[in-house]
Amino acid sequence: MCKGVLPWMAGGALLALAFFLAVLFVKPIGVSTQFVIADAAVWDIVQPDIIVADDTAKSGYASPNAYLNKSGGKYAAAAKDLLNYSFVFVLAMMGGAALSAILKGDKPHSATQKTMPPVWENRFGNQTAKRYIACFIAGFIVLFGARLAGGCTSGHMMSGMMQTALSGYIFALGAFATAIPLAILLFNRTTR
Amino acid sequence: MELTFAIIFGLLFGFALNRAGATNPENIINMLRLNDLRLMKAIIFAIGLSAAALFSGLAIGFIDPAHISIKTAYIGVLIGGALLGIGFAIAGYCPGTGLAAFATGRKDALFFIIGGLCGAFIYTLSFGWLAENTAVFTDIAGGSVSLAQTGNDKYDALITSVPGTVIGVGFGLVMMIIAAVLPVHLLGPKTAPDQDD
Repeated sequence: MCKGVLPWMAGGALLALAFFLAVLFVKPIGVSTQFVIADAAVWDIVQPDIIVADDTAKSGYASPNAYLNKSGGKYAAAAKDLLNYSFVFVLAMMGGAALSAILKGDKPHSATQKTMPPVWENRFGNQTAKRYIACFIAGFIVLFGARLAGGCTSGHMMSGMMQTALSGYIFALGAFATAIPLAILLFNRTTR
Repeated sequence: MELTFAIIFGLLFGFALNRAGATNPENIINMLRLNDLRLMKAIIFAIGLSAAALFSGLAIGFIDPAHISIKTAYIGVLIGGALLGIGFAIAGYCPGTGLAAFATGRKDALFFIIGGLCGAFIYTLSFGWLAENTAVFTDIAGGSVSLAQTGNDKYDALITSVPGTVIGVGFGLVMMIIAAVLPVHLLGPKTAPDQDD
């Protein structure tokens, strides 16, 4: 945590600026919903009757799937028109990270680092297949969990806690209650 | 106009995640194993500063309370959070930082994203069943509530005897103090050569 990374207070202040400006001008930041929107957009291409125009729905769209149909078809409508605020925000977020990395920000500095962090390599070896499978499974659990919780680190922990939302504190409690013991268990032993 | 905002704030957020060190799974894992808490300090400081700024802005009428959006608290928030924590510790990525990390050239993040798309899809298919057959969507303490009064009538506050500004700004200050006093290193051998700064 040295090259390309700001001291913690400056990094925190920059993050705070992003969260504050988003609430000031539009709404709190959130990311994980967009995984569902991306899925639904693909699903709608494969199976066109999964999102249908419906004048009686609040969003103008309905779905036979209960989740996409929830809140007046909000997710169904977003998947039909991907050029909406939240989806474009997430794409731009990827652009911002790429831009920062190009402008001497944090980026992987070796072929191995592009596939796994050193802390993983020290503990589990440098086989990329092992790391990729672990990341796939982790991603699966993380997004299933985030959708069950109705938000992720951005939406619940950062945006939620800044607004003093009860849900934000409950989420943070749940997340760190498993993440910290598991990370200690997995990575605080030196085997190599 | 809205899409212009989406692009500007998205770029800023992604840039900030990268400069705070959050797109590097090494930093996330070292934070979670309590080896290097600088990222934790940055996150706690960010929550504190943005809370103090938000509630100050609400108090002087600079921020429209309609922009407040309080998510509902229910049993699934705790369970889902706990599930997220498991994957967070294994990979060192969360949904936002996984996407951002992939954009900085990390290939393992792509597998995290593909796994995430699959997990989100299975959840999409499971939602109806979960809603009908389980109690995971049972509200906690009234559901969409905040500790502090925000001025948005859609959401109740748990604490009404003290003005929302005092609670919100007070919470923000406490978080910033915690960020400052939290030690950088707690467990394990010191890994980074510059860990003392």
